[in-house]
Amino acid sequence: MAAPRIVGSETEYGLTVQNDPDFDSIATSLLLVNSYSSVQSLRLLWDYDQEDPLVDARGFELDEEYDVPDQQDNMAINKVLPNGARFYVDHAHPEFSTPECSNVFDLLRYEKAGERILNLSRMSANQHLPSGRTILVYKNNSDQKGNSYGYHENYLMDRRTPFQTIAEQLMPFLVTRQIFCGAGKVGAENGTDPVPYQISQRADFFETEIGLDTMVKRPIINTRDEPHANRDRFRRLHVIVGDANMSEYTTYLKVGTTLVVLQMIEDGALALNLTLDNPVQALRAISHDPTCKITVALKDGRKMTAIDIQRCFHEAACRYLERHGPCHPTFPQIVAEWGSVLERLATDPMQLHREIDWVMKLHLLLHYMERRGSDWDDPRIAMMDLQYHDIRPEKGLYYVLERSGGARRLLTEADIQRAIDDPPEDTRAYFRGQCLKKFRQQVFGVNWDSISFNLGDGPIKRIMMEDPTRGTKQHVQELLDRSQTAAELIANLVS
Amino acid sequence: MMEQGHRWAGIVTCSEGGQQQVRRGGEEHATTSQTKASNLTEKGEKLKDEMDALIDEIDAVLEENAEEFVKNYVQRGGQ
Repeated sequence: MAAPRIVGSETEYGLTVQNDPDFDSIATSLLLVNSYSSVQSLRLLWDYDQEDPLVDARGFELDEEYDVPDQQDNMAINKVLPNGARFYVDHAHPEFSTPECSNVFDLLRYEKAGERILNLSRMSANQHLPSGRTILVYKNNSDQKGNSYGYHENYLMDRRTPFQTIAEQLMPFLVTRQIFCGAGKVGAENGTDPVPYQISQRADFFETEIGLDTMVKRPIINTRDEPHANRDRFRRLHVIVGDANMSEYTTYLKVGTTLVVLQMIEDGALALNLTLDNPVQALRAISHDPTCKITVALKDGRKMTAIDIQRCFHEAACRYLERHGPCHPTFPQIVAEWGSVLERLATDPMQLHREIDWVMKLHLLLHYMERRGSDWDDPRIAMMDLQYHDIRPEKGLYYVLERSGGARRLLTEADIQRAIDDPPEDTRAYFRGQCLKKFRQQVFGVNWDSISFNLGDGPIKRIMMEDPTRGTKQHVQELLDRSQTAAELIANLVS
Repeated sequence: MMEQGHRWAGIVTCSEGGQQQVRRGGEEHATTSQTKASNLTEKGEKLKDEMDALIDEIDAVLEENAEEFVKNYVQRGGQ
């Protein structure tokens, strides 16, 4: 039986400073992550001892230097939040990693909480800038000048599932799912053929089928084998080919359908013969065709559209649920929505102008050009393409759409507010978040699978959390309730 | 679990909305085709007005000096 599926996402945000063309992106990112008010007094270390970013899922380890920051830098770069998330500086971008979530709805509300947290930090950071200068933050994946920054999904999987099987079955799914989860982009980059508009922000930047890199020669299947959990039992599938989405519905469908497909792969229930002849070329070709009618070649000589390929996965999912029951309470609705979206894409993609980011943006741009008598070369069109992803509620065009009823919502603001304040209750993030709330002065260091305490005398005490499904409210609430200090917590744990 | 059911309500409500429209259509089977046509025109006009208002709002919030702004938006590559 499949491992319990735990999911999380990492979003690298783009940023700029208005009226300061020479702004330093690293310094600005540092200012941002240190400006989130509720963590100002929290100084703790990110525990790099637990990290292995150079281990490859295909069974080898890269022999390269991996830089670990010194203690002062470490504390400045990394913030761990009471909701269980990590908010930090990655290279030259602010990055938000959601806590571990047990279902697609939690993932969605924590990712949305990330946008709100970035905006709160932004407003607070702006007070430290000279007047007239303002930090602006974008949840997108490209600067339109050939530079891309990522959005990564992480899925906990059973170590017993061979990586080769995951890679083979998942490849055609990942290449084609963009038709319902692309964020849309004006123009083309990175030497690809010019187009006025394309489905995905990221497709132009993928150059190989499989590999360990994330910053150059980006692979469609990433092989980083860093489970952040018990290595013998789990792997963490690191999906780097997706776009960051603004639309709640799009994020829901992107992550929800991937969860269903992974469940089938893990259960040995997926054996589709859909190997693509050239996945890199197919990824770009599909992205470059907003009519969703282009066909791509399979190894066996067939030619199929992305919709046809997705229909094969969807039909397999329907059969799987018929045979096995709902599997997870969220799955039947995910599969129903998936089918409905594929039908509308086949009839007319523009029907999805309230649901799917790339269609929402395209719909807006087409109407704008029609009303203002302009075309794709109008600089306001490029501006709208960028500003769709602006996280300010008053200025971001996605949020303008949302206010006008032009975006289908799945969450309430109360759902998102709870995710800003509190950790999920049914993963190990609960223990992490509650320890940060209750014993904040004594927390010394954190990683996904550990938390350590400085009790003042004696060595640092590290608690390992190797199973992401343990440390839930049900597991630890009683322990937390009877421990008034971190020392009592440690004592109660070992007794 | 209860919460999950509650959150599903967003999606369920949306699809029910569509069915309700169909049902309303059924109740109005006596309506003449003329009224239906004028309702459609009304609906079309309303959608057009809404889109006009939306485009106006976009012009109001869109950054000034779009060309310069977009030119200056340069990021260092990330993951």
